[in-house]
Amino acid sequence: MSIQSEDVLKIAHLARLGIQQEQVEAYTSDLSNIMKLVEQMNQVDTAGIEPMAHPLDQSQRLRSDVVTEVNQREALQQNASDTEDGLFLVPRVID
Amino acid sequence: MQWETVIGLEIHAQLATKSKIFSGASTAYGAEPNTQACAVDLALPGTLPVLNEQAVRFAVKFGLAIGAHIAPYSVFARKNYFYPDLPKGYQTSQFDKPIVGLGEIDIEVAGEVKTIGITRAHLEEDAGKSLHEDYQGMTGVDLNRAGTPLLEIVSEPDMRSSAEAVAYVKKIHTLVQYLGICDGSMQEGSFRCDVNVSVRPMGQEEFGTRAEIKNLNSFRFIEKGIAHEVERQIDVIESGGKVAQETRLYDSNKDETRSMRSKEEANDYRYFPCPDLLPVEITAELLDEMRADLPELPEVKKQRFLEQYKLSEYDADVLTTQRAIADYYEDAVSFSDGETKLVANWVMGELSANLNQYSLDVAASPLGAERLGGLVKRIADQTISGKIAKQVFEFLWNSEVTADEVIEREGLKQMSDSGELGKIIDQLMADNPTQVEQFRGGKTKVLGFFVGSIMKKTQGKANPQEVNKLLQEKLKE
Repeated sequence: MSIQSEDVLKIAHLARLGIQQEQVEAYTSDLSNIMKLVEQMNQVDTAGIEPMAHPLDQSQRLRSDVVTEVNQREALQQNASDTEDGLFLVPRVID
Repeated sequence: MQWETVIGLEIHAQLATKSKIFSGASTAYGAEPNTQACAVDLALPGTLPVLNEQAVRFAVKFGLAIGAHIAPYSVFARKNYFYPDLPKGYQTSQFDKPIVGLGEIDIEVAGEVKTIGITRAHLEEDAGKSLHEDYQGMTGVDLNRAGTPLLEIVSEPDMRSSAEAVAYVKKIHTLVQYLGICDGSMQEGSFRCDVNVSVRPMGQEEFGTRAEIKNLNSFRFIEKGIAHEVERQIDVIESGGKVAQETRLYDSNKDETRSMRSKEEANDYRYFPCPDLLPVEITAELLDEMRADLPELPEVKKQRFLEQYKLSEYDADVLTTQRAIADYYEDAVSFSDGETKLVANWVMGELSANLNQYSLDVAASPLGAERLGGLVKRIADQTISGKIAKQVFEFLWNSEVTADEVIEREGLKQMSDSGELGKIIDQLMADNPTQVEQFRGGKTKVLGFFVGSIMKKTQGKANPQEVNKLLQEKLKE
């Protein structure tokens, strides 16, 4: 499967990445090469092999259900461009 | 043409953990905005998720209760989309390896039992809340809810009417509360449901195009929302149109659904396994522990109530809908010397009415099971009449006294003494010769006048059965 320039634009849009028109060709070629590598790997016979979800051969450590965080709103909101009544303000979004 | 409705549901149950699914921030409802949103919930760079053990245990518990396969290994995946109340730019969810696999649950509609398949249930995090009121033309974001653990319960498209859908939702609602894994509050949004609805010509195998309805935050709205949507789809098709696959919002004020956003990008979530989280392992030991920890489930409890307490189908149903009510009932019965039916009446009547009036859960009832049982005991042994019992109930509801104390203090003991009652009746007959004549002339209706007068005179304390018996005797002399 090779990647077309429309695919690049669509993926960039979904990821909210701004790319210049003149970069599209390079991305198209790079991504196509990655897909080729995937195709190559797909040739390997993996019948009977358990799919891997994570490169580390371990299972998830769990945390006890205890509240350990305190209110740090003031500190955390120092990064925000705009706040009001304790809310983060963002450009208007309407569903 | 005859149409068939096909319904499937996605229920989001907020898990009743103290802390979030991937952070140690509190999940308590109603806090000031962003006071329970920590660096992890805000997706600050360098933060990493650590999975909450209790959320995993709750999911397993649910899976066991619906007889589902519990995956020995399940995997978290990223569901990618952009919205301001989702700071990471993806929701950590589960995709192709959910923790709970195929299970099922029985519902009952109009006396018919039907099995509904549950495709899967998976763990995920909730998003924050966007507030679209006017903040200088901007949107306000509260991330307190971001990272609250959710169990998304996905049904098979097995329901064929809004009644079946509501029965299913109620069943799950009861179950998660029984299991103690979700508080079930639809108002606070801890139990939410999205409904997938489609229609097809009766007899057709293939499903029609479905629409997803959101914002159905009460059982009534689920029923009305589906009814409306079915009608709309049939109208569209019969007038030559095509149903669009889309998300629709139910507007309870107008009782209609309207298009929210097209789902054309629905398959563009670009799920992939979350590299920050390792596979979750469910050991055989944990399964055993959770199995041993399962409470008596609603169905089983109802059967037991029918047999043990000889209740009617209806009573057993109502009393077992909530585990706390069922527990209260059983406690009260034990303190009433086994007055199963009478206690049922008082729990479902007076007690429920008062709880509703003050919007209280049974757990917060000012009148505990022991004292209600004590009251019922005194009705059963005829110390007080049912009518006086309502007065006593008021005292019990409003203060910490017992029924015996109130009866003693207020002098409410029932008058059953035939000598004493007899004297009152004699006097009454002497004072009202006309009515006595009327009775003897066949107008038996005047009996009510005598009973009423005696009750008035004794402030309702006369034993009604005794009064009736004595009156009949004396009037017929």
